[in-house]
Amino acid sequence: MTRRALTRALVYLSLIAATLVVLLPLGVVLLTSLKTEKETANGSGALTPPDDPLNFHNYVTAFQDGGMLTAFGNTAFILVISVGGTVLIGSMTAYAIDRFTFRFRKLVIALFLVAALVPGVTTQVATFQIVHSLGMFDTRWAPIALYMGTDIVSIYIFLQFVRSIPISLDEAARLDGANAFTIYRKIIFPLLKPAIATVVIVKGIAVYNDFYIPFLYMPSQDLGVISTSLFRFKGPYAAHWETISAGAVLVILPTLIVFLALQKYIYNGFMRGATR
Amino acid sequence: MAHAHAHADPPAHTHTHSHPHAQALRAGQPNSEALRPVSQQATPAPSPAPRRARARRLLTPWLFLLAPLALLITFTYAPIANMIAYSFTDWDGVSPELHYTGAENYREIFTREDLFQVFWVSGYYLVASVIQIVAALYFATILSFRVRFRNFFKGVLFFPSLVNGVAIGFVFLYFFQDGGTLDTVLGLFGRPTDHAWLGTPASANVSLAGVSVWRYLGMNFVLFLGAIQSIPGELYEAAELDGADRRHQFRYIILPGIKPVLTLTVILSVSGSLSAFEIPYIMTGGATGTETFVIQTVKLAFQFNKTGLASAAAVVLLLIILLVTWVQRRLVPDDRVDLV
Repeated sequence: MTRRALTRALVYLSLIAATLVVLLPLGVVLLTSLKTEKETANGSGALTPPDDPLNFHNYVTAFQDGGMLTAFGNTAFILVISVGGTVLIGSMTAYAIDRFTFRFRKLVIALFLVAALVPGVTTQVATFQIVHSLGMFDTRWAPIALYMGTDIVSIYIFLQFVRSIPISLDEAARLDGANAFTIYRKIIFPLLKPAIATVVIVKGIAVYNDFYIPFLYMPSQDLGVISTSLFRFKGPYAAHWETISAGAVLVILPTLIVFLALQKYIYNGFMRGATR
Repeated sequence: MAHAHAHADPPAHTHTHSHPHAQALRAGQPNSEALRPVSQQATPAPSPAPRRARARRLLTPWLFLLAPLALLITFTYAPIANMIAYSFTDWDGVSPELHYTGAENYREIFTREDLFQVFWVSGYYLVASVIQIVAALYFATILSFRVRFRNFFKGVLFFPSLVNGVAIGFVFLYFFQDGGTLDTVLGLFGRPTDHAWLGTPASANVSLAGVSVWRYLGMNFVLFLGAIQSIPGELYEAAELDGADRRHQFRYIILPGIKPVLTLTVILSVSGSLSAFEIPYIMTGGATGTETFVIQTVKLAFQFNKTGLASAAAVVLLLIILLVTWVQRRLVPDDRVDLV
């Protein structure tokens, strides 16, 4: 009995330790973001609370001088178009592959399958040249095209769902005179809602957090997305930890809100996305 | 072949049409698969212009695949083909002139000490991912049993994997900073230090690998937890009746139950360790011996304009990752994923 109690105590201890390890670095940054320049510089230590817990001055600086407003705008623009495009492309591909028999079908499937194994980071050296030659370099269309065109996971997710939709529904509609496009739009697409939710969540978070692609393809200051704009804080605010912290909190906060609001869907989405 | 079918079809077609009930019944039967080819080929039969209908039928799937395939080829296959071609040249990425240099770039990668050392850096991340998987497995196991505040702990452990990489980089730059979070906490425990955590190669790499454990542990944890929870509860009950304790349950029920997810995670960790980029690039920019393979490739290609050499490096990385994936597919035949 006592041994059992001890095990339980150790289990909780480990959980509390893990919680501290996760939350402490984040909490300290939140504290720092509310401090004044003097407070961060006086060496009082990272854990001391700010004198004025409602000091939002650093957030104003981050927004105005750090260009975070433009960054959120650019991120939103890229996010909406590329996630929408991914949903359309993924569902169309899945519909075509699952519901039709055509020549080279196996080849098409193999092309998508093999592409899923190629990690995007490795090919950017050459992708860069192609994006450049298409005239998309340093425009918001470069990340949009890359996010839409290289997402194989979402095709897998849609394919699973299209398969589970009974083919008799297609047939009934076809007998009523519907063509393939109408069937896709009126029957398949509406029934894909759970898959769409999954793809929107997984893809949305990936696009929001991506650094590599915008960093490579959109060097212009006014084309900064949240990742690259925050990254640029490193130069001018190098020693100003209070401003950098405010920027980091600004970027993390939307994620936290979305996570708290959509917890269940997020867990499910990632499980589906990874085990595809 | 298709022609013969078309002749055989109309009776079946009219049959299902005249008895909607029968159709519904049939669809529910296990052999409903048999209906598929029939209905697909029967549909255009009554058309007055069979040739046009046939052309349209052949064209339809390609209309749906047009955009996806165009994007796939432009942004995945064309780059791979170009990359392989560049890797045998001395191209600088801008000039119209390039010379074929054979396998020179590949020789350089494996023989130049400063280029090859990035592979050793991957070692830190590989060790870190072992720790990460073990810890994720531990937390997934204990949180699959009844624990107070279960959802809270689950959320806390998972949250870091949703956070923006640049924000994480800054959070931990402050964490490791002189007089930052880590030094302050150590001071509280009566161990004041003035160790420059990111100052020496070994210390910096350990710190960076630690950050990547902090970042990615939650994702592994949630995948393991999902796999454990999909194991039927009766198995545990039966085991308990047989007198199995927690350790036995883990060894004989949980471990086999999550094997597919576990192997997938191992593969992703290996390729993730080899292609580590964000955290080290954001935090140190590859300084003090923290340069990883991808950082080096990016620098070669975009700072030093050595597109040929960078392409060869990328080809090597691609081959290693494909090899690892292939080994995994051989070891654990994947029965869930079959697109055909």
